[in-house]
Amino acid sequence: MISKKDVQYISHLSRIYTDDHEAEALAKNLEGILTYIEKLKKLDIKNVKPTSHVLPLKNVFRDDILKESLGQKNATKIAVKSEKGSFKVPQVIE
Amino acid sequence: MKLNELTAHELLDLIKTKKETAASIFSAVKRAIDALDKKINAYAHISEKPIESTDSSKENPIPIAIKDNICIKDYLTTCSSHILEGFKPPYNATVVNKLLDSGALITGHANMDEFAFGSSTETSFFGPTRNPWNLECVPGGSSGGSAAAVAANEAIWALGSDTGGSIRQPASFCGVVGLKPTYGRVSRYGLIAFASSLDQIGPLTKDVEDSALLLNLISGHDEMDSTSANLSVPDYAKALTGDIRNLKIGIPKEYFIEGIDPEVKTNIMEAIEVLKKKGAQFKEISLPHTEYAVATYYILATAEASSNLARFDGVEYGLRCHPKEKRRTPIIDMYEETRRQGFGQEAKRRIMLGTYSLSSGYYDAYYLRAQKVRTLIKNDFDEAFKEFDAILTPTSPTTAFKIGEKASDPLSMYLSDIYTISANLAGIPALSLPCGFSKDGLPIGLQVMAKPFDEEMIFRVAHTYEQNTDWHKKKVTL
Amino acid sequence: MKQYETVIGLEVHLQLSTQTKIFCGCSTEFGKDPNSQTCPICLGLPGTLPVLNKKVLESAIKIGLALNCKINSLVKFDRKNYYYPDLPKAYQISQYDFPIAHTGYLNVKTGDETKKLGITRAHMEEDAGKLIHDPAIKSSLVDYNRTGTPLVEIVSEPDMRSPQEAYDYLTTLKLHMQYLDVSDCDMEKGSLRCDANVSIREEGQTKLGTKAELKNLNSFKAVKSALEFEVARQIKLAESGERIVQETRLWDESKQITISMRSKEEAHDYRYFPEPDLVPFMVEKEDIKNVRTTLPESPSKKQDRFIKNYKLSTYDVDVLVQDRKISDFFEECVKEYNQPKKICNWIIGPLLQEINSNEKGISNDRLSGINLVAPTAKTFTDLIIKVEDGTISNLVGKSVLTSMLDRGKTSAEIIKEQNLAQVSDEGALEEIVATVIAENSKIVEQIKSGKESAIGFLVGQSMKKTQGKANPKKIGEMIKRRILND
Repeated sequence: MISKKDVQYISHLSRIYTDDHEAEALAKNLEGILTYIEKLKKLDIKNVKPTSHVLPLKNVFRDDILKESLGQKNATKIAVKSEKGSFKVPQVIE
Repeated sequence: MKLNELTAHELLDLIKTKKETAASIFSAVKRAIDALDKKINAYAHISEKPIESTDSSKENPIPIAIKDNICIKDYLTTCSSHILEGFKPPYNATVVNKLLDSGALITGHANMDEFAFGSSTETSFFGPTRNPWNLECVPGGSSGGSAAAVAANEAIWALGSDTGGSIRQPASFCGVVGLKPTYGRVSRYGLIAFASSLDQIGPLTKDVEDSALLLNLISGHDEMDSTSANLSVPDYAKALTGDIRNLKIGIPKEYFIEGIDPEVKTNIMEAIEVLKKKGAQFKEISLPHTEYAVATYYILATAEASSNLARFDGVEYGLRCHPKEKRRTPIIDMYEETRRQGFGQEAKRRIMLGTYSLSSGYYDAYYLRAQKVRTLIKNDFDEAFKEFDAILTPTSPTTAFKIGEKASDPLSMYLSDIYTISANLAGIPALSLPCGFSKDGLPIGLQVMAKPFDEEMIFRVAHTYEQNTDWHKKKVTL
Repeated sequence: MKQYETVIGLEVHLQLSTQTKIFCGCSTEFGKDPNSQTCPICLGLPGTLPVLNKKVLESAIKIGLALNCKINSLVKFDRKNYYYPDLPKAYQISQYDFPIAHTGYLNVKTGDETKKLGITRAHMEEDAGKLIHDPAIKSSLVDYNRTGTPLVEIVSEPDMRSPQEAYDYLTTLKLHMQYLDVSDCDMEKGSLRCDANVSIREEGQTKLGTKAELKNLNSFKAVKSALEFEVARQIKLAESGERIVQETRLWDESKQITISMRSKEEAHDYRYFPEPDLVPFMVEKEDIKNVRTTLPESPSKKQDRFIKNYKLSTYDVDVLVQDRKISDFFEECVKEYNQPKKICNWIIGPLLQEINSNEKGISNDRLSGINLVAPTAKTFTDLIIKVEDGTISNLVGKSVLTSMLDRGKTSAEIIKEQNLAQVSDEGALEEIVATVIAENSKIVEQIKSGKESAIGFLVGQSMKKTQGKANPKKIGEMIKRRILND
């Protein structure tokens, strides 16, 4: 049901590198879980509404009022790498 | 008895009557940590000095362990994962602010399954936590560090998080009291999300009274969390009346089928007898969609997790790795290598499962279907609570299993949450409390569930049971 | 040669001019130090949660109504998952299947006709940060200040049939949005951004051709130029029998061409699902009614009303209505001084010239231009009245206006300060008239011989000598009298 190729596709989609060997092992793992999950297909859900939220909460807002920001120094304190007050990452466009 | 072996309410009495000071209590706990934690590994990060607020009310100066997925400002918060190496959040979780305001003394961050993915605390980057009752066994998970810390008296009480049983199952395995509050009762702001629609922070304590007291401290509406309920919070201590006469309690038959350890079943039956004697009425009920809960959960939880954990990509904070050889572009290589090295096996498995079920062409078959089955499961409980005040079940089909026993079989691990997952899907409160021991000396947990926002009912039933048994008084010998 | 039809649809991103971001309380102000306007929420730090800014929903409803859309009664947010360093959570909170607004239209004047162009949908979402690519250090720098700025994306139907129509749609859309006061709509600052989908098909075909998505369109002109280039490129391909591929193309402003991005593109699989951290929003009929009552008059309605009430020409009204503040200013002035045509002339002539002139150091942006110099309806009409009653000449009036805008003083103050009042006193003008007559004997002869129109030249000479202060009417009378009565 789930092939090594599928695993390689989702592996890239989720930005986790997997080599051939890992992809094969994962395919086997996921296959087992997906087979178990198949049991949901037994249920008739035609007229059932999906639940995204268990609470009937609606319309939760905040007002358009300024709050204190962290500021450049505190924001970049967590950075793996920073330069000129910015987060530094490997070249995005080659 | 040593100070660190007492409950919070006992310690608060001693402080009130000036028989003990906060400092001496903290020292007792710290001594236990220093003596035991190399063996137990309940902590991911231990603070040498208490983390506290300088201008708090000081009303509750109780040493508390906080699960490693709840943000503490400027203190290592890593979800017991390699990928959050060195991460110190610049803000406090709402529950941490509330605790610090009440005078709490934080001992450190409790160990956990990486990103709360697991039922054994074996997947932590910092190594497995051991069950204080038997060091060969797992403490349960994912809040295994929090449960073990309380059981081993390395903390007076602790906070955990529960997405599919992660507070209740370890409470059951470690012989302590663990509560998953109603979804929306406790703010999730600052809880590093696993599955946003299921996660809830809750207390792990030595008895039911402490559970009520700690819930008092952390509950309430938070404008920083859109999913937090804007409802007033009762004083839970007042629910501990000891009176359960004429309460109607349901026993779901689906929870007593194949796979349940006979010892567990026997103990639950005995617990029912105790409560019957105190005037509760029991009746067998049916929650017909129970068998679909695990499958539903693993679709919804992993889908949400795949998105929630996408941010750990090496761009801003935490770990950043690069492959030795170029594969795609510098930035994509950085992403893929950081996440390859930063996540453990189980995290990768869940992220990929979740990515798969959301990916193009599969959404309806998996995610949408699971959301609909979630509705059916929730309806089961809604129906039951029309007639019943509470539902009683075992917390876990077995007692603590051996370290390594299920590590290679993800599915059998997932099935150990079979009794706890439904409460998260339905959003209802559920608590596990000790109801006996196996002949191997491992604790057994009893689960009490009630309708949304009726934690008082749970406390009432659990407290009455506790008052008429003494399992909770049994101490670990280490 | 075959005849081709062009098919264009536009996706417009509008940054809303709220004070704070869509899901946190950080400022949305443009041009601040990198990462100075960030907090744990917009940095996407683990554990943080979004809470919707109420004003964003209100603005989005306004936009939907102004575009004649249906407003969804159930509004929810979804996550769009993809990796890019300017997206700190690695997902964008957007709207997928229940956008705030859908199925609307915009009436657009294009050439001699008015076309009803369809709006597919408008939805709310959060903006991403800014990446600066620095090849020198083989790195990119990320600034998250823009992250979480509220956006409304407006997607049109593929209803436009030429680059000019697309241009007209875009300028009309901008005008409507400016009237709503929901966005600065400044393409240079990026508060209005536009991507274009364009394809061609043989005349008579109903099926859509293969489209190209054009990006990096940084001005209204660029939108038109890029579309023109792209249409020509596609026709050339079709003519030579080559296949047009579906792709994203970047507009290169310096070379004036579009360039394929195909090689750099990743497969898109956004894995949309409902945002579990935000609860649904119910927009009640009552809410919509309330917002509707606060909607300002639309530019087209205002146009019709101006023509009817003020008896102005279509051209005049077009110019006035191009800017909501200018047209409001016009009406305030009319209340002060009931001479619509005169006021209109002063606004679309001298005032707009001044505001549009960069040399004056006044912003090119008419809105802020009028803010900067802030003539009030009272000071502005006072000036016009002073010209009308002969206190100053028309010419001097224009220079007084310049001073008013530069220095923020009233016309009376400037006239007094610079001694600019018009001279109508015959005694004072006597000498000037005498000199001019003496210096232009040839002209005087002409006038004497019946060519009265030449008087104008002498009047001009007199005005010059008085730096425009002389009352030209008076001067004319005096010259005529002097020459003809001699």
